[in-house]
Amino acid sequence: MKLRHKDILGMKELSPEEIHLILDTADSFSEVSTRDIKKVPTLRGKTVINLFYEASTRTRTSFEIAAKRLSADAVNISTSTSSVVKGETLIDTAKTLEAMNPDIVIIRHSASGAPHLIARLVRHSVINGGDGFHEHPTQSLLDMLTIRRKKGTLKGLNVAIIGDIAHSRVAHSNIYGLTKMGCRVTVCGPAPMIPRDIEKLGVAVSSDMEEAVRNRDIVMMLRIQFERHQASFPSIREYAKFYCLNRERLEMAKPDALVMHPGPINRGTEIAPDIADGVQSVILEQVTNGIAVRMALLYLLSGGSS
Amino acid sequence: MKRLLRGARIIDPSQGLDGLLDLLIEDGRIGMIGEKLKGGQEAIPVEEWDLTGKIVVPGLIDMHTHLREPGYEYKETIRTGCAAAAAGGFTAIAAMANTNPANDNRSVTEFILRKAREADIVRVYPVAAVSRGLEGRILTEFGDLKEAGAVAFSDDGKWVADSSLMRQALEYAASFGMPVISHCEDPYLTAGGSMNEGRMSTELGLRGIPPISEEIAVRRDIALAAYTGLPVHIAHVSAEGSVQAIREAKKAGVPVTAETAPHYFSLTEDFLAEYETAYKVNPPLRSAKDAEAVKGGLADGTIDVIASDHAPHSSIEKDVEFEYAACGMVGLETSLGLSMKLVKDRILSLGQLVEKMSINPARILRIPGGTLKTGAGADITVIDPGHCWKVRADAFRSRSRNSPFDGWALEGKARMTIVGGEIRHDET
Amino acid sequence: MKKIVMNVEEIERSLTRIAYEILEKNRGAESLILIGIRTGGVFLASRLRDRISAIEKREIPFGILDVTFYRDDVATLHKKPKPGRTDIPFSIDQKKVVLVDDVLFTGRTIRAAMDALIDFGRPKMIQLAVLVDRGHRELPICPDYVGLNLPSSLWEKVNVHLSEHIGKDEVVIEEEG
Repeated sequence: MKLRHKDILGMKELSPEEIHLILDTADSFSEVSTRDIKKVPTLRGKTVINLFYEASTRTRTSFEIAAKRLSADAVNISTSTSSVVKGETLIDTAKTLEAMNPDIVIIRHSASGAPHLIARLVRHSVINGGDGFHEHPTQSLLDMLTIRRKKGTLKGLNVAIIGDIAHSRVAHSNIYGLTKMGCRVTVCGPAPMIPRDIEKLGVAVSSDMEEAVRNRDIVMMLRIQFERHQASFPSIREYAKFYCLNRERLEMAKPDALVMHPGPINRGTEIAPDIADGVQSVILEQVTNGIAVRMALLYLLSGGSS
Repeated sequence: MKRLLRGARIIDPSQGLDGLLDLLIEDGRIGMIGEKLKGGQEAIPVEEWDLTGKIVVPGLIDMHTHLREPGYEYKETIRTGCAAAAAGGFTAIAAMANTNPANDNRSVTEFILRKAREADIVRVYPVAAVSRGLEGRILTEFGDLKEAGAVAFSDDGKWVADSSLMRQALEYAASFGMPVISHCEDPYLTAGGSMNEGRMSTELGLRGIPPISEEIAVRRDIALAAYTGLPVHIAHVSAEGSVQAIREAKKAGVPVTAETAPHYFSLTEDFLAEYETAYKVNPPLRSAKDAEAVKGGLADGTIDVIASDHAPHSSIEKDVEFEYAACGMVGLETSLGLSMKLVKDRILSLGQLVEKMSINPARILRIPGGTLKTGAGADITVIDPGHCWKVRADAFRSRSRNSPFDGWALEGKARMTIVGGEIRHDET
Repeated sequence: MKKIVMNVEEIERSLTRIAYEILEKNRGAESLILIGIRTGGVFLASRLRDRISAIEKREIPFGILDVTFYRDDVATLHKKPKPGRTDIPFSIDQKKVVLVDDVLFTGRTIRAAMDALIDFGRPKMIQLAVLVDRGHRELPICPDYVGLNLPSSLWEKVNVHLSEHIGKDEVVIEEEG
């Protein structure tokens, strides 16, 4: 079995079979990270480039470690701003990199659709490390790996995704991924943060946090970035008052509900500190699983033509 | 010099004409239309063309184009824009004011007219800005601009958000007998958006522009027109709500006219699924329902004009991340072909198409044209309604190639464009 | 054309003999570890472990090694083999590791297995036990313990079926269809 496309641009394009393949492959790679010598020679001599137009230590480091544990050569390129205003266009950068014969390029960019723009033009594989408000597929995959490990399945679980849904690529990817695998998803956030027609993606919508977490198996909190907003939300204080995951709200979910967050967390705004550090929180496992998932993707995408 | 056009079907709703007739051009004017005309018996030579199977109509007029000169000559010049117009079957075009410098003073208007005269291809009618620098704060010198040759006023590219200023514009323009053309969008609702708001924008992760952004602005302009009793022309109508508002206003006798562009009845927001910037335009492509409403508006007369909103952009502006790409598509060379589909689909008759693309633009802009009456300037478009052709952007006369219709198979094309009796484009 | 070259009794006798040979060569089970190579070697290693434990009356550490990541062709394969889990939950430093596989052929799998083992630690020695050696080595690999030497042609396939997996024990050789 192999992946159908040369790129991983979004959860929207992945079939359930492909998702299973990636998660199963990730399972094998998890063990590599527990060894003393955390390296296998599988991608020896391959070149993996991280092209990050948005600052990100977490995702970039995760990809870098994943590549290195596969014995690939990992290169990081960070540019602090996007192309148009300051110099080289995205397409020129992509073609320049292609001329250096990388095997896989991971791109994170603030403009939705940027990875698609590149993937069309280059021969090598492109992985979307997060584009604008559109998708963050590797995050969703590692979230699903975490859920599958803890719950044994991805079918029939009730998931609440809470936060700035409109501007969250993690939310989008998880909506596509989890619904595809058989979960029931509810999105919740203040009304200005719920995008138009989101219910057409097959999710329930609520602005009432208590209603959203009640009896859920998974509570997934999203990061709030007030600097992104064009004056659409009054204050952090107001947000936390109504949407912070604290003990009382978590107790409305199932007793064995998982608490998840893509990180980095804003303690006290999205999650109360005791919940973030509590027994139901799998936030750190998400990080560990992130490496396994990224190793799996690099493994599955590398390789010559048949 | 006399020219005789033989055997074509001549459609001129301004005279209630539709039949297989001959047309005689004399000294750049329409001489006679009749059955089986004889060439002159005198020594004056007569050039005869056999136009059997073709349709002859009053020269098409595109009342909404961006010629980019002065300031953005790498995208288009007046000369190349005129060549594109002639290739598209247009004998006259109106050029919007958002050049650089903007056409907010007579010297730019005169420059544009001079360049058009030098090109000597089609007639160019400058539309001057409503406000200085299109900033929406201070009116331009309407009288001076009229003298220089402007035919209308518009801040197209932007909406005049200051209602008091727009009211003054309507009043002041009317005092010179000139129309005001309004690009309708609420700047706050539009801000940051790059496509229609809806499921598509949510899926693609792009900020959406809700259709009510256009409708709110349309309704404001209609209210001002109603209050002052003075005319306003709504540019590029794209949304169902706007069509409905204009329909109600016309029923109530408000002096409002409206135009739409071919992309609003030929495309929908679904074409944006792959982030192709060729489909990025303002107002944005909307839902199928909106496209249907636009067609309905054309059919029942709510929308008076089809105008291309020809907006050339180069690779520099378009081959970038979607949200940074410039809005707009070239349209002069595809407008007629796309509009002919409305005739094929029985949404418009050929006569109605001629109204939308020739008679009404002439009437609204108060410029000559839109008729084949004897004595009128011989601005004539010869159309082959059955000609099947493929749009090839790389063969455009326009300097720019930003058309989403590249590769489309269309039926119906202008094969000859005659301006003032002279052939400016000939494919026969 | 299919031929059964080892039936269930013959397999049992070979495994018993191999178990005694391992103990003889290593002078007992001190520091002995059995590691089965996925997938063919796992059940064989398990059976050997049971026999040796019964003879020596002590537990023998047992691990499973998946060599997919160490294969020399994995980076260029378009269709990736699905890797299984490796499970070696103890240190192999200073131990005598007996790798167990079902069929020894080109030797490349064993080469990959040795590379993998080295990443786990530094064993005192590595020995190789196989049920069938069918020849056609492409690398200088030599087994220490062999159930059956089976000369074969390159167009033939040799398969070991085990009851844990397929329901019966037999070694089969057949022409590639």
